[in-house]
Amino acid sequence: MRRTRRGFLLAGGGLALAAAGVRVLAQSSERVIPVRTFKFAFDPSVIELKKDEPVILELTAHDVFMGFNSPDFHVRSDVVPGKVTRVRLVPDKAGTFTFLCDIFCGDGHESMHGTLIVT
Amino acid sequence: MGIDRRTFLQLAAAGGGAVFASSLAGCASLGGAGREFHFVQLSDSHWGFQGPAVNPDPRGTLPRAIDAVNALGEKPDFIVFTGDLTNTTDDPDERRRRLAEFKQVVAKLENPHVRFMPGEHDASLDRGEAWKEFFGETHYVFDHRGVHFIVIDNVSDPAARIGEAQLAWLKDDLSRQPKDQPIVVFTHRPLFDLMPQWDWTTRDGAEAIAMLMPFQHVTVFYGHIHQEHHHRTEHIAHHSAKSLIFPLPIPGSVPKREPVKWDAQAPYRGLGFREAEPDRREEWALQEYLVSGRPA
Repeated sequence: MRRTRRGFLLAGGGLALAAAGVRVLAQSSERVIPVRTFKFAFDPSVIELKKDEPVILELTAHDVFMGFNSPDFHVRSDVVPGKVTRVRLVPDKAGTFTFLCDIFCGDGHESMHGTLIVT
Repeated sequence: MGIDRRTFLQLAAAGGGAVFASSLAGCASLGGAGREFHFVQLSDSHWGFQGPAVNPDPRGTLPRAIDAVNALGEKPDFIVFTGDLTNTTDDPDERRRRLAEFKQVVAKLENPHVRFMPGEHDASLDRGEAWKEFFGETHYVFDHRGVHFIVIDNVSDPAARIGEAQLAWLKDDLSRQPKDQPIVVFTHRPLFDLMPQWDWTTRDGAEAIAMLMPFQHVTVFYGHIHQEHHHRTEHIAHHSAKSLIFPLPIPGSVPKREPVKWDAQAPYRGLGFREAEPDRREEWALQEYLVSGRPA
């Protein structure tokens, strides 16, 4: 059977879409954890993770400019009001680890931290 | 018969009361005629702090320390406050009230030669704007008895950075110093990664340390962590000072960085100030004092 040029293009587009779909599936297979920041806390403040399981932290600031910093996993990002910030974190060791706001954000800044529990 | 201060330091050292920086290196070749002097370091007074569980005498602790400094047998050449003069507040008017009150309180120091720098509590919420109104520039240099002193501001940026402009300023200043020039750095946060999980770091501190590394005699005095701590990055010594409001835990000793509770059986425990003196053995000798003025 002879394939028309139009049919070829459609078939090619389908392949491209399928390939893109694979990529989307690959990305969406990583667990997304929304994390809100506000004066002076993270919500959630305790995040449970599995060792070697990559996750996407979806950070949103609900009042002022903040920072997210997990020194043990070398992950940090500014968290800017009005913007969604995604950071990828792959916990390569088990244990309990502190994350913190590393932008001095007000008189409760020093209590603004949370815990990563990696099992 | 009285004893002079140097003899006292030597005796105190024999009794374990003084830390001689010989074991810590980073000491300056400062001995010899014309270079004998000492300074006093006070830090982290957090004027305006309220928290009876950790310090029921927040307005009395700094004045006690000032009385003790005034009563020292040998007067220091100068006094330095390494930041967090005031406790932070979100209210700009209240920030200025606290800075003004602090300035009135420390005016009781009999020694007129007092150097200041901000901590993050003073300066991070307005990039040092209010602090400058009372104390001037947040980074500067001065020379005293053959030692080059550099004050580095790592707090006006709320992200705990020294910043490109100040690093360029530092590089320019150091370019005019011979490599054997004794250098002392005063700053608030540790320049090295002491405990990033507790925000005890300077994000670009490694760049400043790299610039200082070629110099043979560099010592850093800082505050921020509310306790005495000694560290080396190669030959550069870093000494943190006690606070004048509440102690903080030993790095990593507890899960959370919370102030140590007040002990009614031992009031003011963990608080104090220090003297630093370049001695004849090409070292910095440190003498720690309690708030009362008794050697620690």
